[in-house]
Amino acid sequence: MEALVATAIGTLTAVGLYLILQRRTFPVILGLTFLSYAVNVSLFVSGRLVTNAAPIIGTGETFADPLPQALVLTAIVISFGMTAVLMILAISGHLQAGHDRVNLGDDARKDDA
Amino acid sequence: MNHWITAPIILPAFVAVLMIIVLRGNLALQRALAIAAGLALNGIAIALLWSATTHGTEAYFLGDWPAPFGISLVLDRLSALMVALLAALSFATLLNAIGSGWDAKGAHFHPLLQFLVMGVAGAFLTGDAFNLFVFFEVLLIASYGLMVHGSGRERTRAGFQYVAFNLVGSSLFIVALGLIYGVTGTLNLADLAAKLPSLPPGDSALIRTAAVMLILVFAIKAALVPLQFWLPGTYANAPGVVAALFAIMTKVGAYSTLRFGTLVFPPDLPATGDLLASLLLPAALVSLAVGAIGTLGATTLPRLAAFAGIASMGLAFTAIAAFTPQTTAAALYYILHSTLATAILFLVADLVTRRRAHGRLDSAAPIAQSGLLAALFLAAATAMAGLPPLSGFIGKLLILDAFRDQAPLVWTVILGASFLMILGFARAGSTLFWKPEGAAPPAIAEPFAVGAAFSLLAGLAALTLLAGPVTAWLADTATALHAPAEYINANRLGQDG
Repeated sequence: MEALVATAIGTLTAVGLYLILQRRTFPVILGLTFLSYAVNVSLFVSGRLVTNAAPIIGTGETFADPLPQALVLTAIVISFGMTAVLMILAISGHLQAGHDRVNLGDDARKDDA
Repeated sequence: MNHWITAPIILPAFVAVLMIIVLRGNLALQRALAIAAGLALNGIAIALLWSATTHGTEAYFLGDWPAPFGISLVLDRLSALMVALLAALSFATLLNAIGSGWDAKGAHFHPLLQFLVMGVAGAFLTGDAFNLFVFFEVLLIASYGLMVHGSGRERTRAGFQYVAFNLVGSSLFIVALGLIYGVTGTLNLADLAAKLPSLPPGDSALIRTAAVMLILVFAIKAALVPLQFWLPGTYANAPGVVAALFAIMTKVGAYSTLRFGTLVFPPDLPATGDLLASLLLPAALVSLAVGAIGTLGATTLPRLAAFAGIASMGLAFTAIAAFTPQTTAAALYYILHSTLATAILFLVADLVTRRRAHGRLDSAAPIAQSGLLAALFLAAATAMAGLPPLSGFIGKLLILDAFRDQAPLVWTVILGASFLMILGFARAGSTLFWKPEGAAPPAIAEPFAVGAAFSLLAGLAALTLLAGPVTAWLADTATALHAPAEYINANRLGQDG
């Protein structure tokens, strides 16, 4: 299971990084979303992978660590809010500039549309 | 427990919510409330500074959960000092925003400013690494709103870059926290400081990775080369008063680096050793050089101020990177100075830009009140370049003195960068204030906006005149930072209540 989760995190990170390096705002936002998925899963795993175990309450030999779950919840809420802010900025930038390129100071050059 | 420790976080939070819900759209009342809250915050900050000096380090356990299970806020001399700096700077920028009318150019300026103050104060006070991340995000969300305040095409697009860059930084932060938690099982700073020295050797590679990632995050905040790309575009496109307020945000990066580098990853920790210093010193020296060259090549006044800000962070990090009590004391003095000086420079840039309709460095018609603004620019440039008589000179002297043993490299870079900055400021000043021909337009009276810049200048003068007592106090602060037993004991780990 560790290998599966680790591969998934690696793939998500790679996809995220590739998309972040694009020059349009929408792929960048998607890339940041993928990166935040990868980061959230890796934070979740920091409490070790345990199956069929309750966090704290209950009887049993093994317990799932509840703290990373709480941390991941916080991180998910924050990254969700940040993505929304970024989306608004991208849309208003697009509406005001007429294109959605990420780089600044290139408005004279329209040929790479 | 001293409940006042929570006040710098709770007061702005309440005020901001009150402004949004009750005073929505009522600018006059929002201004009055913001001024009252700013005065109260200054009073609280001074009281906390006094308390930290006389009573030593104190921890506040939120919800009375004992550390490391709950989140603790810790008031020590450093955090009290940074909160006081924040209170003073935010009040001056508030006056400038009201005087210059920036706060009327878009909705919600005052609530966003309060949320920014809340986030920065929380980052300074928290004793928990994940809580530090949360406060980073609070201050960042507020700063996104402030950065695009007043809107405009270039500003919105620069805002996108700024947000995207910082989101990548936040992701790195979470990965680092996950690694640290996975290895040690705790995120309380004091608990980490107590546990990391007895770390099994097999885990030290993970901790080193986490340490480097954290330093990258703080370097993004502090705009160290090679992670400085976001700063000139962001600060030059942000409203001038917001850029002045952002002078404290780069210091959040400096503060966090100091905190982690002395408490969690001190130089004598076997797992990390001098890893942080070996990464930070070259980055800091290059930042100083890049900032200085940038001031020489800047095409607009706000960009000039932004590059001068990068150079000042480079100098501050040069001193931080050595991680000895003497250099830390010098770094703290320089951080106090450079926060105020950078803010003045941005305020002057804003005053000039609004009188010329653009910020380009070219000789056109004279600027209204050019005598007054030239004097302010001269003072700001003197402070930033580190010339006598202002505190920049003392700060630079302290740093040079602390680096006697590495003089050939460090002195060359610092003095060379100072020379380039003097050239850059002289070029900008003479182009703007000296060469213009023709009749000056009528003066625009802005007593509050100009007064705010002068109040920051008075702060620099006080820092210069009181250099003796201030450096003595900072030396004690630095000694306490490098012997963190008091900070760790204040968290009462493993004891009830």
